[in-house]
Amino acid sequence: MALNILVAVKRVPAPGAKIVLTEDAQRIDTKHLGFTVSPHEECAVEEAVQLTGQHGGESTVLTLGPEVAEEQLRTAISMGINHGVLVATDDEEWDAIATAAALTDAITTLEAERGAFDLILFGNESADAGNYQVGVRVAHALDRPVVSGIKDIEVTGDGVTMKRAVDDGFEVMQLPLPAVAAVKEGINLPRYPAMRGRLIAKKAQIRHITPEQRQGGLSRVRLRHPQQDQTETQILGTGAEAAPAVARIFEEVGLL
Amino acid sequence: MTTVLTYVERDGDTLAKPSRETLTFARSLAEAHGWGLDAALVGDPTEGSLADLRAQGVATVHALVHDHLDDDAAPAAVAEALVQLHTQLGPGVLVGPGTDHGAEVMAHVGARTDLPLAANCTTAAPADGGGWDLTRVRWGGVLLEDAHLEADVALLTAAPHQTAAQSAGAPGAAELSTFKPELDDALHVTRVKERATRGGGISLATAPVVISGGRGVGSAEGFGILEELAELLGGAVGCSRVATNNGWRSHNDQVGQTGTRVAPDLYVACGISGATQHWVGCMSSKKILAINTDAEAPMVTRADYAVLGDLHELLPALVEEVKARRGVG
Ligand SMILES: Cc1cc2nc3c(=O)[nH]c(=O)nc-3n(C[C@H](O)[C@H](O)[C@H](O)COP(=O)(O)OP(=O)(O)OC[C@H]3O[C@@H](n4cnc5c(N)ncnc54)[C@H](O)[C@@H]3O)c2cc1C
Ligand SMILES: Nc1ncnc2c1ncn2[C@@H]1O[C@H](COP(=O)(O)O)[C@@H](O)[C@H]1O
Repeated sequence: MALNILVAVKRVPAPGAKIVLTEDAQRIDTKHLGFTVSPHEECAVEEAVQLTGQHGGESTVLTLGPEVAEEQLRTAISMGINHGVLVATDDEEWDAIATAAALTDAITTLEAERGAFDLILFGNESADAGNYQVGVRVAHALDRPVVSGIKDIEVTGDGVTMKRAVDDGFEVMQLPLPAVAAVKEGINLPRYPAMRGRLIAKKAQIRHITPEQRQGGLSRVRLRHPQQDQTETQILGTGAEAAPAVARIFEEVGLL
Repeated sequence: MTTVLTYVERDGDTLAKPSRETLTFARSLAEAHGWGLDAALVGDPTEGSLADLRAQGVATVHALVHDHLDDDAAPAAVAEALVQLHTQLGPGVLVGPGTDHGAEVMAHVGARTDLPLAANCTTAAPADGGGWDLTRVRWGGVLLEDAHLEADVALLTAAPHQTAAQSAGAPGAAELSTFKPELDDALHVTRVKERATRGGGISLATAPVVISGGRGVGSAEGFGILEELAELLGGAVGCSRVATNNGWRSHNDQVGQTGTRVAPDLYVACGISGATQHWVGCMSSKKILAINTDAEAPMVTRADYAVLGDLHELLPALVEEVKARRGVG
């Protein structure tokens, strides 16, 4: 059975070892930062490419964000996704209810044009907001079954088997299609885009949809850094000669 | 009276640790306003979990009972049961643990009620002029967000590892009450059909010592010496995302924002730079030792101890040293 798959990704800054906030404390200062998507979402993209590779069909990547989020759509296309759709907003972050409502509208529009998506893949949580809910809200609005924390997907006939990671192993669920899943990193190893993919992505047409903004309910007042204890690092040595000093630390914490 | 209803999970005979943390979080909210504290859980509570609920000062324990509700229940079914119970108790606060399961159940509660849900909160209080003022964790724990939740009912999850579980000044009655929700068969669709348990070994999340490797380890084979050290010390091997992405280690070993959060007695970071997304996974460790050639690496400057050198030189010497002290080999 050929599959029609949609993946939702969110553009986020990629901070390194330190996060700098803007003066008004409303966002991360991105002057010196690149942008990316959550590793969970990168894996969702890879999963869509692998599944359509196995079963035939088409994949679409969808994001709600500013114009520049086309960059993340093109990265997904360079990995093998067929179509990119941008739900264009200003540069403000939308909360989970507003995001889910606009994504649901966009999905309804796309499905009216090219038929229902058999599978809609989300990340388990967005890297920046970590709301843990946009996928579930969209699935509920579309009246489709949804499971989170998914680390394995296998499409079989008219259904899909999904595995959810738990502390001591996996839980296995069997869902009818169409279905929705929020996936976790580890479900696969995302590929590095090949030159040919990057050329295709560069030229790809990105579909733009203008959303209506629904009032959500959760609004930011300010971002801040948690208090951190300043630790003075004790240097134990510079090479093999430090082994006895390290072993003494093992003793101190009760390992030896 | 307003009730703070807390969804809790069992872990064997007792309450799961994140659920005890969540109850302590919920109780501080309830006590500050003279509200009641109730708990809800799937199925009949065990003696051990009732003792924990009493210690946390819970007044009434609502056992959610239905054919569709057991250990394999669909999160959507649990959520629908909570929504019905919460509606019956009247408006107030509904809070769940910010665990994978708790977050999933509460997301369904948010979707079914169409109410906003604030995930991973560290504090919450009614705001002057309506709604709620709260603080929640973002970016996996590196940043805090002060936020306003505009709703009569507050739907929240409590951020794991943020509130230490503490017993109430006075124990609660933890009076048992059975709640039988009406559940649609459609809610049954995502129930668990089967479980596969990962065999043996010391789990990353609970190991007393974690020996973690990053790009500096250089290869899958390079992890051999980390394995050897971990085994000698009775610990587990962890890794950074670079190690996972290069296929050197399985993602099950990854520490960080999109991996596992660990809090061992000692965390040993070998050839890991200390990016924020890695740091949030290990920052709760009691002590951190960094082994790194770069004295400026954030992992080094934030660690308690550091060896400024090549891990490939230190680790073999360290294994010999530990063996010698143990009288092995
Ligand atoms: C949304 C998001 C989520 C993420 N989630 C995670 C996560 O869960 N976990 C995670 O780990 N990362 C995560 N990352 C990636 C993270 O940002 C870093 O890229 C990653 O942690 C870097 O891994 P590393 O420290 O091994 O590599 P590098 O940053 O390249 O550091 C390698 C270090 O090894 C040292 N070194 C090199 N050779 C030696 C040697 N011979 N001996 C000693 N030291 C040596 C170097 O000095 C350097 O400090 C995430 C990123 C994003 C954007
Ligand atoms: N602005 C957005 N555009 C597209 N998808 C999004 C957006 N925000 C969240 N998502 C999707 O929803 C998942 C869960 O996000 P969250 O509920 O914010 O943790 C993410 O991993 C994405 O797959």
